[in-house]
Amino acid sequence: MALQSLDIVRRSATTLPEPQARGAHTGEVAKLIDVTKCIGCKACQVACMEWNDLRDEIGTCTGHYDNPADLSDQTWTLMRFAEYENPKGDLEWLIRKDGCMHCADPGCLKACPAPGAIVQYANGIVDFHEENCIGCGYCITGCPFNIPRISKKDRKAYKCTLCSDRVSVGLEPACVKTCPTGAIVFGTKDDMKQHAAERIEDLKSRGFEHAGLYDPAGVGGTHVMYVLHHADQPHLYSALPDKPAISAAVGLWKGAAKPLALLAILATALAGFLHYIGIGPNETDERDEEKARRELEKTS
Amino acid sequence: MSEPKRGEIERYAPATRINHWIVAIAFVLVALSGLALFHPALFWLTSLFGGGAWTRILHPFLALVMIIAFVLLAAKVWADNFMREDDWTWLERFREVARNREEDVPEVGRYNAGQKLVFWLIVICLVLLLLTGIVMWRAYFTAYFPIEFVRFASVVHAISAVVLICGIVVHIYAAIWVKGSIRAMTRGTVTQGWAFKHHRAWLRALNRTAAPPRK
Repeated sequence: MALQSLDIVRRSATTLPEPQARGAHTGEVAKLIDVTKCIGCKACQVACMEWNDLRDEIGTCTGHYDNPADLSDQTWTLMRFAEYENPKGDLEWLIRKDGCMHCADPGCLKACPAPGAIVQYANGIVDFHEENCIGCGYCITGCPFNIPRISKKDRKAYKCTLCSDRVSVGLEPACVKTCPTGAIVFGTKDDMKQHAAERIEDLKSRGFEHAGLYDPAGVGGTHVMYVLHHADQPHLYSALPDKPAISAAVGLWKGAAKPLALLAILATALAGFLHYIGIGPNETDERDEEKARRELEKTS
Repeated sequence: MSEPKRGEIERYAPATRINHWIVAIAFVLVALSGLALFHPALFWLTSLFGGGAWTRILHPFLALVMIIAFVLLAAKVWADNFMREDDWTWLERFREVARNREEDVPEVGRYNAGQKLVFWLIVICLVLLLLTGIVMWRAYFTAYFPIEFVRFASVVHAISAVVLICGIVVHIYAAIWVKGSIRAMTRGTVTQGWAFKHHRAWLRALNRTAAPPRK
């Protein structure tokens, strides 16, 4: 949704700046998910469904707690459960609320070819405007976190909006509102970092020496951050990328290749034009016809 | 079709000409729809196809029309496009050819070295575009490939498309530059003088076999 109160700082497939006089002077927003406080109740999933009017198909048991089994156009956030046996031999149940990370440097937005189908608001939220989406799936190709999903019904891409509609009127996202343990909190990014720092200090005092904040620099930081007990090994949390970044291939495809390609095509056409003007056409005249006639008589 | 007029030689039979123009029209549509989704400055081209989503839907199907038609065309001209020793000499003296001085270059058969290389460039690009295009075809195939491969295929698709478009620009310009060439693909005939000047070995070969074979 285009929101009057949220100015757009970045817009997919757009070469000139968007209106952005109204900045986020109170700071960019962030959602902080404290994985160490999560009990895996899935209330956040339910709140997301309710607020966004989403109903995924009722699937079948896949033998683990993840339900549904994967993100979809109807499931924008999903608890992922991982069983980790730590070096001491104890089992740790690592539960991560998966969903869009709202990267400061979004791979989806970089890859999107449809103007305005993906936008980034001044407050940092990355939002899909499905009315502009053409269904190519380049956002999936661009995303370092494997988040966007194309609907089989309308062929548009969907993902977590960070409840941009709620945030724009001063409310917190639905998942934050509902979380019974306070594992999900929302505020300015600076406040969330500060809150995370306190949590990490507490965790360290309890023996989680590698506790830390997941705010990966490879994508310019994210507007959804995690507090992890094992921040040195993000992959333990259902394959959370250790060092996410926009892939070099996507960077080339959506970066240097674009101007260079147009330049190459124009240069080739220009070379032809200059050749025609400078040297001119290669014409056949009556002398060639005469030579041809003699050649044909000679051999036949 | 009526027989070629006096002083003219048939270069392309009607079926070949029609085949060529199917490839050509499909190519223009595929290139325009592809460029529309490649560079934001060209997104307006999606209007030609009924909007962004229609462009995304049509591009791969138009591409299949182009590929199938090209395979049929290539089957007809394949054998005449293998590089021979003389072709490399011709290439070395291309500067002369570019200055419209063809007197001292080796005699050319049905196709010159430039045409042959453009042919192979098209073949290579189309193979790459087809393979990577299947990987990028989200509606049916992308889910079967690992994400890093999809990313790699997307770059290769873009690069080979640009190389192909540049190759076709060269192909079109060559037809404009060498007067008397376009009619070979529109009317089907060229003048004897044209054949003598640009494809002398081909003219001689035709003359040796009294009834020129139709291509």
